Amino acid sequence: MILVRLIDYLRDRWSLLVKLFLVVLALLVVADALPFIVDKEKAHTAAERLPGFWSLFGFVSCVIIIYVSKLFGGLGIMRIEDYYNDYFK
Amino acid sequence: MITSSELWVHPSLILLFGALLLPLIPKRVRQGYLLLVPILVFVHIHGMAQGTYGEVPFLSWTLTFGRVDALASVFGYIMALMAILGTLYALHVRKTGELVAAWVYVAGSLGAIYAGDLLTLFLFWELMAFSSVFLIWYRQESDSLAAGFRYLLVHAAGGVSLLAGILLYSRGVESLAFVSFNVQNLGAGEWLILIGFILNAAVPPLHAWLPDGYGEATFSGSVFLCAFTTKTAVYALARGFAGLEILIPLGVVMALYGVVYAVLENDCRRLLAYHIVSQVGYMVAGVGIGTQLAINGVCAHAFAHILYKGLLFMGCGSVLYMTGQSKFTELGGLYKKMPWTFLFTLIGGLSISAFPLFSGFVSKSMTVQAGFDEHILWAAFLLTLASAGTFLHTGLKVPYFIWFGKNHCKPETWERAADPPWNMNAAMAITSVLCIYIGIYTPYLYNMLPYPVDYNPYTSYHISEAMQVLLFTMLGFFLLIKKLQPTATIAIDTDWFYRIGASYFYKGADKGANSLNTMGDQIAMRRVPNALARFFAMPGGHIQWLLMRTLLRAGGATEAQIETERQKVAQRSREGSYPVGGSVLLAVVFLSLVSILFFLF
Repeated sequence: MILVRLIDYLRDRWSLLVKLFLVVLALLVVADALPFIVDKEKAHTAAERLPGFWSLFGFVSCVIIIYVSKLFGGLGIMRIEDYYNDYFK
Repeated sequence: MITSSELWVHPSLILLFGALLLPLIPKRVRQGYLLLVPILVFVHIHGMAQGTYGEVPFLSWTLTFGRVDALASVFGYIMALMAILGTLYALHVRKTGELVAAWVYVAGSLGAIYAGDLLTLFLFWELMAFSSVFLIWYRQESDSLAAGFRYLLVHAAGGVSLLAGILLYSRGVESLAFVSFNVQNLGAGEWLILIGFILNAAVPPLHAWLPDGYGEATFSGSVFLCAFTTKTAVYALARGFAGLEILIPLGVVMALYGVVYAVLENDCRRLLAYHIVSQVGYMVAGVGIGTQLAINGVCAHAFAHILYKGLLFMGCGSVLYMTGQSKFTELGGLYKKMPWTFLFTLIGGLSISAFPLFSGFVSKSMTVQAGFDEHILWAAFLLTLASAGTFLHTGLKVPYFIWFGKNHCKPETWERAADPPWNMNAAMAITSVLCIYIGIYTPYLYNMLPYPVDYNPYTSYHISEAMQVLLFTMLGFFLLIKKLQPTATIAIDTDWFYRIGASYFYKGADKGANSLNTMGDQIAMRRVPNALARFFAMPGGHIQWLLMRTLLRAGGATEAQIETERQKVAQRSREGSYPVGGSVLLAVVFLSLVSILFFLF
């Protein structure tokens, strides 16, 4: 299977992929700071003119979503799988 | 305008007739027939000119079965397209009844979309509810039977609200035409209609039927379910309630609510169901914003959503069909066994996450842009936050924990796992191509939208914004992956109130009604007859005693004297030994009273 071989090929070079990924992240922020690459005329608010605003927004969003959800789940929302079945026993 | 005098065939009629004949079709031509009918419907819809068709007088109203305008056309087009893809995916399903139910369901959806008046809308609205429940029941497990009943009851309640709203609304109007309501001043009828609509759009807290039902449906049933009910509701909202401001906060809450529950979810199809809630949130918010750009965004996102969500449900449905499992804690590491399913699901995940070059990128951003344009900044930023969550779950969590991650597969699961039959692969491949095609060639979608489009998603700023949000979310995912490890749990949702609450209601009704019954029995059947029987054993004595006791008490008699008198009275009435004089006196007093009354009045 070509597809499986391709995935395995990429998995074998995992640390290289991680490095590449980090380089791409850095480039995104750098590009965001350069007006001739990213035209900030389309920005909706003043805060967005800060270089890397959306990077920070994305990362913080991700962290907030995970922690808030887990906190919410801990309030008695998370139950064992047989919660409803056990209830009617 | 074309009038109803010309012959016009309702697209739903083709599907209903096709569904009716399906059980009679011989096996060797069955697959061809299954594809032919939805393709016919699609071709018919594609060639249908705008206008009003199929007007039928009914009592004092006019039923309009075919109002074909720009808004209805774009929804009709995508529904018919999805009917082809869904049927192709379910081509090898042997249970004819399931396919019949699916087609009747699509017919209901198309009927609601082309309905020009509220009564016709209600008719097809109910047809959808009562046919789609079979897509859950055909799973033929006890859990799906129960989930189906819950699904049906909730939709029946929504239908009642819609009907009650239509009836109230009908009192003050001359025509029941389904047009935009006056959103500045809604009456009770319009509010009830709105409740019926937002129940089908799965707005919390009226959304729990969705993950409950879709998680329990058949592997192919969910592919149909995920497309039609919520998007028909979005169409109805866009038609009736564009610009209703309360829909903006409701939509934003939906977008975030789905994301939060998706973190907690262990079942991949329930996770996808929560992301329907989340994605429909963008559409509901868009309807609330109500500008031309926002309504275009709503239509574009509904169009893109039907395809990529269908694709995601096809991918997870394939995993369920091939392995019998849909929980992350029972899956993992399957890329070696199901590589193509992985690729297609990933394309669905990238589309829903709004990656540049995928369909979500050109549709979702229209609504968010409309929010920024109208200076509703909190809504626009929170919707962007929710889109980070979308990528976190659908783009990363689903593919990672099914096809990579720790292998939780039991030996028999691993043994069974493989890419699905050709037709399922073909359906996923075609849908994937469409998702990418929409993302690359924007005029395909934009030219179908109800208003002229003056919007270009591919600006350097928008690409930079999207890539930053998405890739930094990915960074967060891999940094916090331990937090996201699935656990064998369920998350309690608002369906708790009718699943557990129902048992409290039952107990309450049991205690309340039965004790009322016992009390009634005690009073009416025992106490009162007994008292009456005692009284009528010696009525004269009782009345005498009542008077005498009061007189004696007032006269200051002792308890012993009272007791002696009581016994005397009892003895006299028992033996009937009253002195004659007493009776005569009573008779004289009585006659005098009557005479006085007679003269006075």
